[in-house]
Amino acid sequence: MVYFEKVTKIYSPTSTALEDVNFSIEPQEFISLVGQSGSGKTTLLKLLLAEEKPTSGKVFFESQDVHSLSKSELPHLRRRIGCVFQEFRLLPSKTAYENIAFAMEAAGKTDEDINENVSQVLEVVGLSDKSWHFPHELSGGEKQRVAIARAIVNQPDLIIADEPTGNLDPLNTREVIEILKKINEIGTTVLMATHNKDVVNSLGKRVVTIEKGKIIRDDKGGRYVI
Amino acid sequence: MIKEDDTSFNFGMFLVKVKRVIRVGFVNFWRNGWISLATILVMTIALFVVGSLILGKAVVASTLAQLEDKVDITVYFKTGADEEEIFTFQDKLEKLNEVKNVAYVSSEEALSAFRKRHVDNALITQSLEELGENPLGANLNIKAKDTSQYESIAHFLEASAIFSIDKINYRQNKMVIDRLGNILNASRNVGLGITLLLSAIAIIVAFNTIRLAIYTSKDEITVMRLVGASSRYIRGPFIVEGIMHGIVASVFTMFIFYPLTLWLGPLAEKFFGGVNLFNYYLSSFFQLFAVLLVFGSGLGAISSFIAARRYLKV
Repeated sequence: MVYFEKVTKIYSPTSTALEDVNFSIEPQEFISLVGQSGSGKTTLLKLLLAEEKPTSGKVFFESQDVHSLSKSELPHLRRRIGCVFQEFRLLPSKTAYENIAFAMEAAGKTDEDINENVSQVLEVVGLSDKSWHFPHELSGGEKQRVAIARAIVNQPDLIIADEPTGNLDPLNTREVIEILKKINEIGTTVLMATHNKDVVNSLGKRVVTIEKGKIIRDDKGGRYVI
Repeated sequence: MIKEDDTSFNFGMFLVKVKRVIRVGFVNFWRNGWISLATILVMTIALFVVGSLILGKAVVASTLAQLEDKVDITVYFKTGADEEEIFTFQDKLEKLNEVKNVAYVSSEEALSAFRKRHVDNALITQSLEELGENPLGANLNIKAKDTSQYESIAHFLEASAIFSIDKINYRQNKMVIDRLGNILNASRNVGLGITLLLSAIAIIVAFNTIRLAIYTSKDEITVMRLVGASSRYIRGPFIVEGIMHGIVASVFTMFIFYPLTLWLGPLAEKFFGGVNLFNYYLSSFFQLFAVLLVFGSGLGAISSFIAARRYLKV
């Protein structure tokens, strides 16, 4: 489903984020991407979303070279990939409901569709009663759940989560991971970058380890080893 | 990669998106309260400058026109000159390209004007009584279309050898006419320069304010892009907001001009002559409002368009 082909990303001569990375994701996998800070996890995710361009190499989503897409074609790719970030990145001037609805509006869904689906995902993440709250009125865990709701509302083929539990306490961490697991069970592929050893070990799914821009380990049913 | 529903242009969905963009623009305008207010205030200042230039131009133009109207050449004829001859000459003059109009003043009219002017001067009145006959000849009062054209009109007058011409007052007045002409031209050029300069400053200030307002949303713009919104869909509400800033600011500006022109109108009229500012404000209210509205909303829309583009590169 996703293929990284000899991908190298050099930000400046002294900072090489990724070096000759080859890596693929099969449909319905749940992959944990682990590695120390600065190892290149976030860069890898940014390349997949076309937020950054590779210095060399190619990234494919299905058969499409992601970086050959024009600026006007990119939204169509991104609507098939849901993103969750460590710092939530909700739109501060929109309510929880509007944040989620925005992803659907942008995708050109009808109002009926939006009403139905947004209420549904709010229920999935357990925030039906807070749908009209603004992000600054929500706790960290609640914000992240809104972010997840926004990521899944368009029923994407792939969810990218960049340290989704990095800013959360253990209880909220467990809840967020449970939601991601549930999403994966209904057939959505999940690619999650994380630091959290316990989370990785409890999942028991494929683990890809990056160090200094290179993939050094790729275990099915792996554990967190650095 | 492109989904089925995106390949054909769907007019119904286009309308839905336009509606959403306008609604979101309104909502953001309201929710961004302080930023909106600050932007509107700066925009109001910019529009105030533009409006003042328009009003100022009206006053200066009417004052200059009045001054220009005071410049003329008068051809004095000898007493007892043949009226027919004068009329033929007047016809000839009126056919000249440079001439705006030629007014005939008969010797009787000249005398009564002279008497009126000196009604308080006993010596002159008495002298006229004693003289018994009209000492003044008829004259033709010539106005040119432009002050620079008096020279060539004077040449024409001097060249046409009509023996009954007594004198032409151009040469005595030449220096004053020339100087006045220079002042008029200079005022117009300076006025244009000031207008361009102040408008440019107003535009730059308003543009930068909007740029800063949108700068505060740059992270949001990135997130919207990553969530799959098209550039146009993200930019739309900013443009709607920009237009609203312009509309509200132009209403504010028109409000400010009411008491201001009411107060300044009589003062300016006394000082410059020409039109009363307040009357001008009232009589051209809708034109002035329309200009400010178009200028304000256009400036808001274009500034937003350019400012948002910077952050849409993701």
